Amino acid sequence: MYNFEFVQPGSVADAASAMAGEDAQALGGGQTLLPTMKQRLASPATLVSLTGIADMKGVSAADGVLTIGGATTHATVASEAAGSFPGLAGLASHIGDPAVRNRGTIGGSLANNDPAACYPAAALGTGATIVTNTREIAADDYFQGMFSTALDEGEIITSVRLPIPQASNYQKFVQPASRFALVGVFVAKYADGVRVAVTGASEEGVHRWTAAEEALSANFSASAIEGLSVAADGMINDLHGTGAYRAHLVGVMTKRAVAAAS
Amino acid sequence: MPKDSGIGASTKRREDIRFLTGQGNYTDDINIAGQAHVYFLRSDIAHGTINSIDTSAAAAMPGVVRVFTGADFEGVGGIPCGWQVTDRHGEPMQEPAHPVIAQGKVRHVGEIVAAVVADSLSQARDAAEAIVLDITDLPAVVDMKAAVAEGATKVHDDLTSNLCYDWGFVEENKGAVDEAFANAAHVTTLELVNNRLVANPMEPRVAVGDYTRHNDESTLYTTSQNPHVIRLLMGAFVLGIPEHKLRVVAPDVGGGFGAKIFHYAEEAFCTFAAKACNRAVKWTSSRSEAFMSDAHGRDHVSKIELALDAENNFTALRTETYANMGAYLSTFAPSVPTWLHGTLMAGNYKTPLIYVNVKAVFTNTVPVDAYRGAGRPEATYQLERVVDKAARELGVDPVALRRQNFVTEFPYETPVAVAYDTGDYHATMDQLESMIDREGFAARRAASEANGKLRGLGVNCYIEACGIAPSNLVGQLGARAGLYESATVRVNATGGLVVMTGSHSHGQGHETSFPQVIAEMIGIDESMVEIVHGDTANTPMGMGTYGSRSIAVGGSAMVRAAEKIIAKTKKIAAHLMEASEADIELKDGAFSVAGTDKSVAWGDVCLAAYVPHNYPLEDIEPGLEETAFYDPANFTYPSGAYACEVEIDPETGKVTIESFAAADDFGNVINPMIVEGQVHGGLAQGIGQALLEACAYDENGQLLTGSYMDYAMPRADDLPNYQVDHSCVTPCTHNPLGVKGCGEAGAIGSPPAVINAVVDALQSGGHAVDHIDMPVSPSRVWSAMNS
Repeated sequence: MYNFEFVQPGSVADAASAMAGEDAQALGGGQTLLPTMKQRLASPATLVSLTGIADMKGVSAADGVLTIGGATTHATVASEAAGSFPGLAGLASHIGDPAVRNRGTIGGSLANNDPAACYPAAALGTGATIVTNTREIAADDYFQGMFSTALDEGEIITSVRLPIPQASNYQKFVQPASRFALVGVFVAKYADGVRVAVTGASEEGVHRWTAAEEALSANFSASAIEGLSVAADGMINDLHGTGAYRAHLVGVMTKRAVAAAS
Repeated sequence: MPKDSGIGASTKRREDIRFLTGQGNYTDDINIAGQAHVYFLRSDIAHGTINSIDTSAAAAMPGVVRVFTGADFEGVGGIPCGWQVTDRHGEPMQEPAHPVIAQGKVRHVGEIVAAVVADSLSQARDAAEAIVLDITDLPAVVDMKAAVAEGATKVHDDLTSNLCYDWGFVEENKGAVDEAFANAAHVTTLELVNNRLVANPMEPRVAVGDYTRHNDESTLYTTSQNPHVIRLLMGAFVLGIPEHKLRVVAPDVGGGFGAKIFHYAEEAFCTFAAKACNRAVKWTSSRSEAFMSDAHGRDHVSKIELALDAENNFTALRTETYANMGAYLSTFAPSVPTWLHGTLMAGNYKTPLIYVNVKAVFTNTVPVDAYRGAGRPEATYQLERVVDKAARELGVDPVALRRQNFVTEFPYETPVAVAYDTGDYHATMDQLESMIDREGFAARRAASEANGKLRGLGVNCYIEACGIAPSNLVGQLGARAGLYESATVRVNATGGLVVMTGSHSHGQGHETSFPQVIAEMIGIDESMVEIVHGDTANTPMGMGTYGSRSIAVGGSAMVRAAEKIIAKTKKIAAHLMEASEADIELKDGAFSVAGTDKSVAWGDVCLAAYVPHNYPLEDIEPGLEETAFYDPANFTYPSGAYACEVEIDPETGKVTIESFAAADDFGNVINPMIVEGQVHGGLAQGIGQALLEACAYDENGQLLTGSYMDYAMPRADDLPNYQVDHSCVTPCTHNPLGVKGCGEAGAIGSPPAVINAVVDALQSGGHAVDHIDMPVSPSRVWSAMNS
């Protein structure tokens, strides 16, 4: 790790001004950033910790929307969303291990947009709104490929608004070593249709499976997607699974998510 | 009723109090006043020519004490290899130079190119970034068969090829073996890979070199399984320091699994640099460094053939193995695929003719050496897989086929140079069958199938040679060391004992189990005995702990020393009670005279030895301290039968271990709880190999599994609740405790059980799969089912 300055602002405005400094980097729970810094693969001049900002923490449900502060930990989401949005709470409760869940934040996960992370599937699968210090971004516009998002330099995710579905579920088939998603599928059923978002599988990062959405919108049952398949082209091909295997798992995990949706 | 102390008691591990409360003294806990830190700049390419290394900018960086390169080690010896294998043609193996810091070429990712010693680690690391390397990439040699093909790039220019040796065993039997195959009623052939592993002890390696100028003494604190071996290898062969000027200390060590047997460049560097800088020098491996600098394990590619007659008797066995040595020969690397592998090829069976061919190959990868089981898992895996395949091809019960071919009469001379002293393979198989409800398997399979899953049962046997080993035998086999063990038993004036042992505990619990033996022999409380190990300054020259040898060899040395103590105390007791020495009995911590009510306590006799006012000074010396060196007459041969039941999710290919049972014959057992813990750990590593672990390189020699993000370690929820049993006991016939050793059994016996079960499950689902390589990852299983 190289030397760096550390600031912990108490407000979003103070955080935004700190982020204007040269080589400033926002710090959520640090579950990706700190190991990267320890490896000397990242060298921010200033770390701007967001976890001291009270306005960016907490979970609240109103008018069919769950709003989660950007600095809210996975553990908090797992416990506080359990009643209102069990599909999301279930996802949060299986990210990493207890230590990760007590440090990692939803804002950090979405800003990093790891292609195998869980939260991007929930955000895209619910058509969430990513709220930043300067604007609101629809999930469909936010995710722009592996580790790439619509966030501008210095922009901070202050909260995430997720429409609460009638039924939802997230199924994660874990990569055996990291236990990140080898393939993860988030399925959410709304009055006006079904959304299906896939993480872990594609070289393009999190994405929607529109064919499955159409089939499930017509008939929300696992059998509705029998016969549908995903192309292996563009799927990640590595030590832990071929593209064909990942493409196959997308179908399996989608069916299981539909069957388990509540 | 279970005993509550002495041999056979499950005494709780006294060392756990300090380990579990953060009071351990590990090498990283050792800090010497004024110490500097070293950061090793390691090669990020697998093969290249070093044109130049410019360290001038680095040397001028803040806090830098000195920057070292290969040039600083030109007058220093290389890292030695402790075993010389002779090939099929009677020629010695090819043995390349193994520099402490790369000289002229780099040969694997992770090889040390330069070392920066600085006041702080951070400063050393900063300075390392200022070193300018000019290295020309060379093609990397990764695949073993390609490495020995005509025209392959050579890892070592001064060797004739990448073939370290081509070993035949027993070469004289080759013709007879080939003839038996020609006459066989059935031949089963199997090609398989024994996957490359990284040991991953919880504590990474650490070395602290210290030097005192006034007496020219060097001290190395290191994470080692055998400090005396390191002192000899490093002092005599690398740095030229005589033993009386070199102390090696291996304090608490957090797991070794073989990877901490070997002498590593970092140890020699820290010792050398401490003297060169006149300042202690410390290195603590990061986990990333561990992946690319700890010796790896396994990595064999084998073809095995089994010949059977018309009655399904095994008539001959023939194998051809390519064994990866990596870029350099690690300390015991050449012995692993040969003497620890070929000699085990008979297994539990009376196969009369066996021929083993092993080609050891240099590649641009991290050196490969012993890892828990070392050679024996590779042998067992091949044998127990081919026997299972044969049973399937012949349509016979795999257990019945094994039983039919079991060795049943002991001692048994195998056709591969070793003689089993004792064993009862039917007994362990009987025990196993009583544990696994084989009759109920069909119903369990039906229940799994009703749930959309496939279920398989795999059974296998194993034998291992441990308690390594008779010095005269291993000397004939190429060892450049003896393999005895030592112990000094010191009795204090009031009767407490200290045992200074050459064995080394890095998780095995010697501080608890060794006192149980002494307590049993004298009839005193275990708490009166303390174990000292791990420091060349206060233990006799010993060979350390590996090959399940601690209790069998180290424990035997301790018994021999204690017997000398008891003989002497009986003389003293006889004198004190004015009785004949022949009439003295020692029981429950007191000496008595047979047929009388005379008695004197253990402590009073010990006191008399140190306060010899009334003492037979004309016959014996005062004091009570004895040393013994024990060199065993033979290996010991633990054996057992294992069974694994798996369920496979055909939609995802995921394999779940539903149950695992192990019936072992370890001979006599000192502490059943510790033995069961050893079996649990071995099973976790064996199941880990079968299910999860694999070290992978790409075609350029880049390590693909350089962290836990890609190297899959077994976790608690990957493993079942084991059923373990060691009630079958055929005591070893040639050591005083009748013990055999238990450290490696689990890792040796379990991989074939898992794979046999997976193949059984896949075949039950109608898949024409007769073999699947480890690890059986979901992706690999799914691909096998859908190819």
